[in-house]
Parts: sequence; C-alpha cells; structure tokens
Amino acid sequence: MADTAISHGHDAGHGAHVTSTGLSNNKMAMWMFLGSECLLFGGLISTYMLYKGRVNSGPQPDQIFDIPFTSVSSFVLLMSSLTMVLAVSAAQRKDDRNTNLWLTITALLGAMFVGGQVYEFTAFYREGLGFTTSLFGSSFYTLTGFHGVHVSVGIIMLMALVGMISRNRIPGNKAEAVEMVGLYWHFVDVVWIVIFTLVYLIPA
Amino acid sequence: MSTATEHNTSTEHADGHAEEHHGASDKQYIVIALILAALTAIEVSTYYVDFGPLFMPTLFVLMTVKFIVVASYFMHLKFDNKLFSYLFYTGLILAVTVYAGALSTFKFFLQKG
Repeated sequence: MADTAISHGHDAGHGAHVTSTGLSNNKMAMWMFLGSECLLFGGLISTYMLYKGRVNSGPQPDQIFDIPFTSVSSFVLLMSSLTMVLAVSAAQRKDDRNTNLWLTITALLGAMFVGGQVYEFTAFYREGLGFTTSLFGSSFYTLTGFHGVHVSVGIIMLMALVGMISRNRIPGNKAEAVEMVGLYWHFVDVVWIVIFTLVYLIPA
Repeated sequence: MSTATEHNTSTEHADGHAEEHHGASDKQYIVIALILAALTAIEVSTYYVDFGPLFMPTLFVLMTVKFIVVASYFMHLKFDNKLFSYLFYTGLILAVTVYAGALSTFKFFLQKG
C-alpha cells in the first residue's frame, strides 16, 4: 500500500487527503463522471442515427445544414480546448494572471459557439424544422441541445473559476480545480468532434 | 503507527510533487492544436471534394484520431495514471458496444419486417 501511495502520490496534489490509491478522489470522480457521460451522449447519438432518415414533413438534413458555418463553430470550440489547456498549464505554474486570462478567453470562445448554435437553431426553425416537425428534428435538437447545455454549464464553471481565483477563494489545490473544469471542457470538445462528423458531415 | 508513517510519507511525496508541471509544454500544445485544425480542414474538405469510396473511412479515421489526440494530450491521459484511462475508455467502449449492438438490432428487425 505504501508503495502504491508513494508511486502515485504526485497525482493526489497539494493539500489533498491521502487516498488508498494515492490518486486524487476529485480527479477519479471526474473521470468516472466523464465515462458515464459517454453513455449519455452515446444514447443521444444512436437515437439520432436511427431517426435521421425519418422525415415525413419538413426539410431533410442535407437541405438544411450549413456546413461552412458549422465548420467555423467547430474550429472555435477546438481552439477553446487549446486555450483551456494553456489555462491548466498556467495554473500549474501558479501564474494566476495568465490562468484567468486563458480561462476568460476559453469562456468567450465557448460563448461564441453557443451563440452560433442559437443562430443555427433559429435559422432551422425559420426554414420549417421545429422540434416536433419530424423524428429527425426531434433527435437533432435533443442531441445538439444537450451538447449546447453542456457547453453553457462549462462557461458558467469557467466564469465561476475566474471569480474564485481572483478572490483567492479556492480551497486546496488551485491547479487541480482548474484541471477538473478543463477535463469537463475537453470532454465537451471531444463529444462535438463526434457530433460534427456523424451528424453534419455524413449525409442521411 | 506503521500506517501513520506510510501516510506521512505519501503526503510529503504528494506535496513535493504538487508543484511539478505534468503534460506537454505550451509550444507543444499549440503544435497539437494546429495539427487538430489541419485534420478538421481535411474533414471539411470531404464536403467539397469527392473522396469516392474513401469518404466514410476518411471521416471515421480523422474523427478517431482527433478524439484520441484531445483525450491523450489536452486531457493528459497520456501523462496521467493509467487508471484514469481505464475509467474513461471503459465508459466509451461500453457505450460504443451497447449502442452499436442496439442499432444493429434495429437494422436486423427492419430488414426482416
């Protein structure tokens, strides 16, 4: 047990409680949560794959998707992952100023992505694709809407983190707190990598 | 007593390493982001250029590579304890297996019906 604790002790982080694995419980819980989120999004993506061809009324997927616009949104979200990892890197160097700067830029890029999604939903609605228009519409809005909610929650977490770091109100390991939010943010990004390919680039 | 000693040792060790930077350098992260951007550009190009029979395999390979690169480098799975990788990829593989099985079942019944 001592060997395990010593060999993995660096994962527990500064001020963390000693655990039987030597790993941070917070980090372990976050990875378990992200593993379970794979099942949630797997279900939503599968439902979309099943129903994307079921269009009795309203527009077809290939008639409505604006690939250039969604590509730019995808690029924005991808770049937000870079700024997030730079925030984690700055936090590990105990550089609060740059940590807050990169976290704020990440939140802004996330807000741009969500803004793009709101614009896209509005445009689709005006073109005749409502939530109950077809099974394609229902599954599309549910899948991308769930993802959008995850991004929005991530933005709230980022801004809360910026506020807490500014006021020095993070108990324990500050770098680990930034890393936790970072893991969630990157997960939201990898889910979008899958959605962008399966939903937008592969036609019905 | 022995347990207390073990705990102290691990705490000191944990504290001693807490300030260490783990993962890639900032420059490496920027290079990785540029590679991801280039892969995204290739993905988007499949919408404009006819890849023929390579269309689907190209998209699936690019999607998988992007996913693994983000998880390994940006999420630090490559540098962290393997247990985190097991936790995440177990959930992912379970999801892919369950839903691929479910979708295959629907396909089977639709063809039979």
